[in-house]
Amino acid sequence: MNAAIVLFPGINRERDMAIALEQSSGHKPRMLWHTETDLSGIDLVVLPGGFSYGDYLRCGAMAAQSPVMGAVRDFVARGGYVLGVCNGFQILTEAGILPGALLRNAALRFLSRDCHLRVERADTVYASRYRRGEVFRAPMAHGDGNYFADDATLDRLEGEKLIAFRYATPAGEITEAANHNGSARNIAGIYSPNLRVLGLMPHPEDLIDPLMGGTDGKPLFDGLCSALAA
Amino acid sequence: MKAVVTVMLKSGVLDPQGKAIGHALANLGFAGVGEVRAGKVIEIELAETDPERARGEAEEMARKLLANTVIESFRVSVAE
Repeated sequence: MNAAIVLFPGINRERDMAIALEQSSGHKPRMLWHTETDLSGIDLVVLPGGFSYGDYLRCGAMAAQSPVMGAVRDFVARGGYVLGVCNGFQILTEAGILPGALLRNAALRFLSRDCHLRVERADTVYASRYRRGEVFRAPMAHGDGNYFADDATLDRLEGEKLIAFRYATPAGEITEAANHNGSARNIAGIYSPNLRVLGLMPHPEDLIDPLMGGTDGKPLFDGLCSALAA
Repeated sequence: MKAVVTVMLKSGVLDPQGKAIGHALANLGFAGVGEVRAGKVIEIELAETDPERARGEAEEMARKLLANTVIESFRVSVAE
């Protein structure tokens, strides 16, 4: 599998993502500067977490206009796989590749803590190593992760089963208390209609080794890398 | 010409920043503070000298970058 991680100025989770991808695939991902536009030979594009352009104007707004995103949009149109985590999810919504927007956390605080995610469907390349309804732990680190979309969009996402993960209790209950950032309908991550683009706020790449306190995020990368290697 | 673009969260979109400002105003003893909403003001100097064309240009800038119309609305004013 040939993966590329896009580097925008102000991104800071690209190394964690590279370690997660290399550990699961055996291959070092390519690092792609935001001015590059050649994605030939790439199977997976990853937009990592961080604070691209200092979160100026809106999180991800500047990065969404960069040259590489034109190429990513074409890549998505050709059926390419794109994973956006945290700032990467914000960039995907700002670019209009995924619907909705990420607002300031409802309690206004930057959240740096673990959360629990319930797997809403397991028949995707990203979630195939989990079971539907399974709950896994993931670190979150964001100030603007409060997922918003109008009711019609939320109904469509639910109707078309495009919600990837929801904030839940460790037992898998969808509660307000488990919804740390106030996201609409506890949404933590969503898919594109072809299930090849995934955007999510928490960081599964930061829980892939016992040394980091757990391996809850590893199945995501194991499943993804083995599916795209085949 | 100078264009001034005001960007506000749409009504119905939770504005926790505005809420926090409202609470702080109440704590300072300002009575009778109702809903507070916070937005952004962006001033842009334009080479364009025709007010209508300047407005059109600024509106396109707002749609493409300055506002995210999923969550925000904007208004444009132009001046010499």
